[in-house]
Amino acid sequence: MPVLRLLRRNLVVIAGLLTLAYMILPNVVVMVFSFNRPEGRFNYAWQEFSLDAWKDPCGVADLCGSLSLSLRIAVWATVGATVLGTMTAFALVRYRFRARGAINSLIFLPMAMPEVVMAASLLTLFLNMGAELGFWTVLIAHIMFCLSFVVTAVKARVMSMDPRLEEAARDLYAGPVQTFVRVTLPIAAPGIAAGALLAFALSFDDFIITNFNAGSTVTFPMFVWGSAQRGTPVQINVIGTAMFVIAVAVVLAGQFIANRRKSNAGK
Amino acid sequence: MSVTDAPPAPPVKAVIRKPSTRRRLVPYWLLLPGILWLLVFFALPMVYQASTSVQTGSLEKGFEVTWHFRTYWDALADYYPQFVRSLLYAGTATLLCLLLGYPLAYLIAFKAGRWRNLVLVLVVAPFFTSFLIRTLAWKTILADGGAVVDVLHTLHVLDVTAWLGWTENNRVLATPMAVVCGLTYNFLPFMILPLYTSLERIDGRLHEAAGDLYATPATTFRKVTLPLSMPGVVSGTLLTFIPASGDYVNAELLGSTDTKMVGSVIQSQFLRVLDYPTAAALSFILMAVVLLLVTVYIRRSGTEDLV
Amino acid sequence: MTQQQTAGGDVRLTGISKTYGSFTAVHPLDLTVPQGSFFALLGASGCGKTTTLRMIAGLEEATTGTVSLGGRDITDLPPYKRPVNTVFQSYALFPHLDVSENIAFGLRRRGIKSVKKQVGEMLDLVQLGDFARRKPHRLSGGQQQRVAVARALINHPQVLLLDEPLGALDLKLRRQMQLELKRIQTEVGITFVHVTHDQEEAMTMADTVAVMNGGRVEQLGAPADLYENPRTTFVANFLGTSNLIEGEIVSTGTDVVVSAGGGELRLPVGRCPSPARSGEKLLVGVRPEKISLTHTDDADAIPDGRNRVTGRITDSSFIGVSTQYVVESPAGASLQVYEQNIERDSRLAAGADVVLHWNPEHTFGLDAAQSINAGADGLEDVA
Repeated sequence: MPVLRLLRRNLVVIAGLLTLAYMILPNVVVMVFSFNRPEGRFNYAWQEFSLDAWKDPCGVADLCGSLSLSLRIAVWATVGATVLGTMTAFALVRYRFRARGAINSLIFLPMAMPEVVMAASLLTLFLNMGAELGFWTVLIAHIMFCLSFVVTAVKARVMSMDPRLEEAARDLYAGPVQTFVRVTLPIAAPGIAAGALLAFALSFDDFIITNFNAGSTVTFPMFVWGSAQRGTPVQINVIGTAMFVIAVAVVLAGQFIANRRKSNAGK
Repeated sequence: MSVTDAPPAPPVKAVIRKPSTRRRLVPYWLLLPGILWLLVFFALPMVYQASTSVQTGSLEKGFEVTWHFRTYWDALADYYPQFVRSLLYAGTATLLCLLLGYPLAYLIAFKAGRWRNLVLVLVVAPFFTSFLIRTLAWKTILADGGAVVDVLHTLHVLDVTAWLGWTENNRVLATPMAVVCGLTYNFLPFMILPLYTSLERIDGRLHEAAGDLYATPATTFRKVTLPLSMPGVVSGTLLTFIPASGDYVNAELLGSTDTKMVGSVIQSQFLRVLDYPTAAALSFILMAVVLLLVTVYIRRSGTEDLV
Repeated sequence: MTQQQTAGGDVRLTGISKTYGSFTAVHPLDLTVPQGSFFALLGASGCGKTTTLRMIAGLEEATTGTVSLGGRDITDLPPYKRPVNTVFQSYALFPHLDVSENIAFGLRRRGIKSVKKQVGEMLDLVQLGDFARRKPHRLSGGQQQRVAVARALINHPQVLLLDEPLGALDLKLRRQMQLELKRIQTEVGITFVHVTHDQEEAMTMADTVAVMNGGRVEQLGAPADLYENPRTTFVANFLGTSNLIEGEIVSTGTDVVVSAGGGELRLPVGRCPSPARSGEKLLVGVRPEKISLTHTDDADAIPDGRNRVTGRITDSSFIGVSTQYVVESPAGASLQVYEQNIERDSRLAAGADVVLHWNPEHTFGLDAAQSINAGADGLEDVA
């Protein structure tokens, strides 16, 4: 049976592609249902094709407000976590100091902790301090849980960096500041960028910690959560699809430019 | 370096230079902001939570520390089904992630060739749509009378799963199977990426060498590939199990009251019932259980250099 | 410091040392490198040669002592204020900059705006004109090495420091770059301080070689002088190969006579560690290529007045220009003999009884109170 043999030979490939399909399927559903005109409040069953939601993405009360709030929080959380995380990563890789083990654990633990535990304990702190829940408490929480991921990403890059490059810069008349700006930073940049991207994604998509510490402020994931109870507008699918398309387009464009540059440099 | 380090005294051999204080303090200045942030907003809250868990009182009269450890016992007695369920669902989802994710990671690392980057983008791409929206999409996919349920019904799969207690009444939605399916889906990328990273580091010539030394493909996998990918397996399972055990989104969106996980309980005790001591105690027990499991697991698998 | 100083540009290290905690990398050391010379620091890894170089560059802070350049104390100057440049081990080229940006780096940091002409000249000097826009990772090892040299030289440093600059190159390219570096040094007239573990490289290139061991300078001198007159067993073994035979001094005079392995060996008193007294132990040394090998049957044909040792060949290997023999003898363990392949005696094979003989003038004496095998690991580098 040649068909069976072909199947057996490519078992790994077939299993892998099935998994990939499993991962992509919900995105396809989200995209298809962004063109739906549902009956009733929930957008779970297919009725008929419509472009209504695409023509008016902000047509639902509070949706675009929550989206812009999420974006603002994500930007500031990224900036905060990237700056703090980069500094910490440099200190950890470049210097010897006391309490190194304790500091490493302190950075590792937030990543090894169920989100709900951090969410609940942080809320306890805010309640005890009498802090007003809202934008600032969410931002503080996001910087906290993004920090460890930035440290990990930057650390990996800085560790693989040849310390002689900085020595070479100092040997070639670059002072401490110039060495950092001209050599260290450009070489560490991919690691810092990876950390920042990760922080942005984590912050933008976070629900559990935000839900505990946001008070009456509503971020985009919280809006979606609420709508799952009250009724899901098609606009949610429109936003989800648009984000997906934009992100994939950016990644592909980046790849394309990188490839072009590579082939140009070869000449 | 400042002038004070080199006094105008004759530079004889006895002058021993030490690194200046300012330079010795550099690492501490770099560390200070980040570490302070984590201490205040991660470590300190844990202390507050520990204290809250042994307090008694009510919202109106206020809470005070009375070392009331009974709260832990009561919380466990009341909510142990949710605890067991959380660990069971998270464990099952982790295992499924490993079984589904390994072939795909292997495919990307060794078989994808020039399609490698495209497949990688496809693995990460779902991230760009909010995970809540994607989880809601499973409500459509698993809907009663939908294609998936129909096929499973025709193939009598639902009879088997019903007998196992995973589904009931010929539906998938609002059953443990739907929750585990959602958990598996949501945390698959966290399994695939570490697996891929450790598989990608394996020299392809090792497979040839194993084949040359009389190993069948299956033996090559068991004796060479799998052991070398263990760091990826370990960090992948941790990155899947830890968040899954505390998750309540999948249980709330895809499950029913019979599939509630401990995260749901903590959330409702904290945000709706406002019984802070019980919520704090539950969250502490969850943390302890997870940390214990993680420590034992890391010890057993012998890869402690994950950090 | 942009101007090249001409007068009195010697590098002078005075009592310089480096300790890390309880480990002493470099013991207090005095060293003068004359201006314009090609100076090599030679030693096995971990001997302190790189640390010494880095203290001159300012990349390592000296624990004690001073570094001065042309009479000016630069001990407390940071590296970016020293008129000294370094060619790093494995080059440390900036991966995010192309070749010409790498070369221009030092000039730009000193605020020089128009660097184009100088960079062009430098690219020509190292013959890399066509590669100006390439990133370092797209260059071969030899090309990277030349960029590293150009990047340092363009600053007209008073001293150029080279840290194992040829270590990453294959043998043939290494030979070629040795000559090229020597040519550049002669052309620009800058002081070169070269750190290497390759004794052949040090001897080929340098005017003066300092052999370092365990954080100390064992011996310093011109290559030929070091080779012919080693003063310690370390230098004797590390620089090339030496046969060292343990013996006891029988009499002294213009020649010292030593009894060893049942026979007597002579050497000039001037080549002995002074003072040589009868009854004392002495290590008698001779280089393998100075020894002649004669089959026992022809022993009568050996002229009088030569040092003789009898033995049996245990191994011979033919390596083209010469044949290398290992001879067991009562005088000492395995003695090495290199014979040029001019007229080969077919009887000289493993198992043959032979007489080793050499001119007493070619014999040197070493203090017997040191390890006979010190530095012998360096033998690997000969191959």
